[in-house]
Amino acid sequence: MKHESIEINSGLLIVLTLAVISIGGLVEIVPLFHIEETVEEVDGVRPYTPLELRGRDIYVKEGCYTCHSQMIRPFRDEQLRYGHYSLAAESQYDHPFQWGSKRTGPDLARVGGKYSNEWQTQHLVDPQSLVPESIMPGYPWLLENELDYSQIEDRMVALKRVGVPYSQSQEEYDANVEQFGADMADKLHVGNATEVLESQAGAQNWDGDPNRITEMDALVAYLQMLGTMVDFSKYEDGHFNQFR
Amino acid sequence: MSQTENKQGQVETTGHVWDGDLREYNNPLPRWWLWAFYVTIVFSVVYWILYPAWPYGDSYTKGINTVEYTVEGEDGEEKTVSEHWNTRALFTRDMQSSPSALAQEEWVGKVKDMSFEEIEQDPDTLQFAMSMGNYTFGDYCAACHGAGGQGKIGLFPNLADNAWLYGNSYETIVNKINNGIQGMMPAQNVAEDKIDDLATYVLSLSGEAEISGEAASRGKQAFASCAGCHGAEGKGNEAMGAPNLADAIWGVADVPGCGDDVACKVDEIKHVVNNGIQREMPAFGDRLTETQARMLAIYVRQMGGN
Repeated sequence: MKHESIEINSGLLIVLTLAVISIGGLVEIVPLFHIEETVEEVDGVRPYTPLELRGRDIYVKEGCYTCHSQMIRPFRDEQLRYGHYSLAAESQYDHPFQWGSKRTGPDLARVGGKYSNEWQTQHLVDPQSLVPESIMPGYPWLLENELDYSQIEDRMVALKRVGVPYSQSQEEYDANVEQFGADMADKLHVGNATEVLESQAGAQNWDGDPNRITEMDALVAYLQMLGTMVDFSKYEDGHFNQFR
Repeated sequence: MSQTENKQGQVETTGHVWDGDLREYNNPLPRWWLWAFYVTIVFSVVYWILYPAWPYGDSYTKGINTVEYTVEGEDGEEKTVSEHWNTRALFTRDMQSSPSALAQEEWVGKVKDMSFEEIEQDPDTLQFAMSMGNYTFGDYCAACHGAGGQGKIGLFPNLADNAWLYGNSYETIVNKINNGIQGMMPAQNVAEDKIDDLATYVLSLSGEAEISGEAASRGKQAFASCAGCHGAEGKGNEAMGAPNLADAIWGVADVPGCGDDVACKVDEIKHVVNNGIQREMPAFGDRLTETQARMLAIYVRQMGGN
């Protein structure tokens, strides 16, 4: 083929340009799916419970990721401030992941358990009431909005289609019992979703009002879980280096 | 810029013609650009040899560059591990033996080996503990207790005042940091006709209101059910974290916010009596090392009066 025929045929030029450019992306991305160590072997990582999942949706909806990252990098300063660096395994059930790329606010990858539910609620309603120097906007409607979880089953099924092990059949449920334990397997069963969500919302007083299930309940439940799944005290210094 | 000319003395073109007369000069690349391009090629080859680079099958070339760090073997002895260059190994090495890590380790070691009393006597160590405590406080505690420890009335205790709910011994502070606190006052069921007297009586303990005669005795009588925790004279109980009601410091009821308005003060007290208090401080024992918690305690203790 003569070069001139490519230059004067814009359709062909577009196709060939795309082909050439995609090589750059493919050689960087495709191997990650084949390299064994990409996702570390680690205990404790599980899919989100229905309430946490809705909380995550709200995290995305309110655009938390535009100011907060969820990715602690393996640097000394970050370890001292935020805790152990993030593992790929910890976001394996995230679709899409919430690593973010902007830290106007602090990283949230290990914010779970760092502050009380009461604090999280008050802080989300009016950040400046607790941290006067903060520039975070308030989200008072989270406390007013009833949580809509009518589509929770569909949301779980959608995630299941992209590989998150929520269970629908007995077989899948049994596999989850094996992997996550019976208690957790119950929570990850699509058929139980509504009931599980309501019981988790009631079990802890996430937003200070036990009588309603609000968006705040879901978001606080999600935040309090972040980064808490892996017990790093079980692993020695440098344990996760073997996966690199 | 140089231009190659053909035999006829014309500038060489690529040979394409657009719109009848548009041609493109076929000039050579600038030499500096060309050489820079060759250098990047050489650089990439060197990089492939030194660092992880090419994927193949389920693995990748690891490069010949290595990073060394130490691990504690099963027999408790330290041994040196050498790994192909990767950011996690670099990080492990950085945490173990970077200049700042070593400097910090030296001082943390001193704090670890000294008692609180010894640290107080040693200005350098004290200063180190205070600055580490300051940093830890900023990250973990300031969110609730405020950057200056001022707290938030009704929600989070003020650490900068003279009142210590649980006392201010170092051991207690470390214990609370590590294990968290469940602060709880049950809601009281006080009869309608007694609660005003009770509230006024509570205020009178610290001179915020005056009460006398029968009202005083009714208030005092109603206070009997509070005395179990707050003490007969309302002086509080550090073992239970029951605050002293007889001082002028208010942590839950916003009495100072009322100014001189006694009715407002009474309402504040009534609200607490009727609704109780439920406060929670998370446990930080899993997040902080023992020495970090001790340095934090030193910092926290100096915030408030003794």
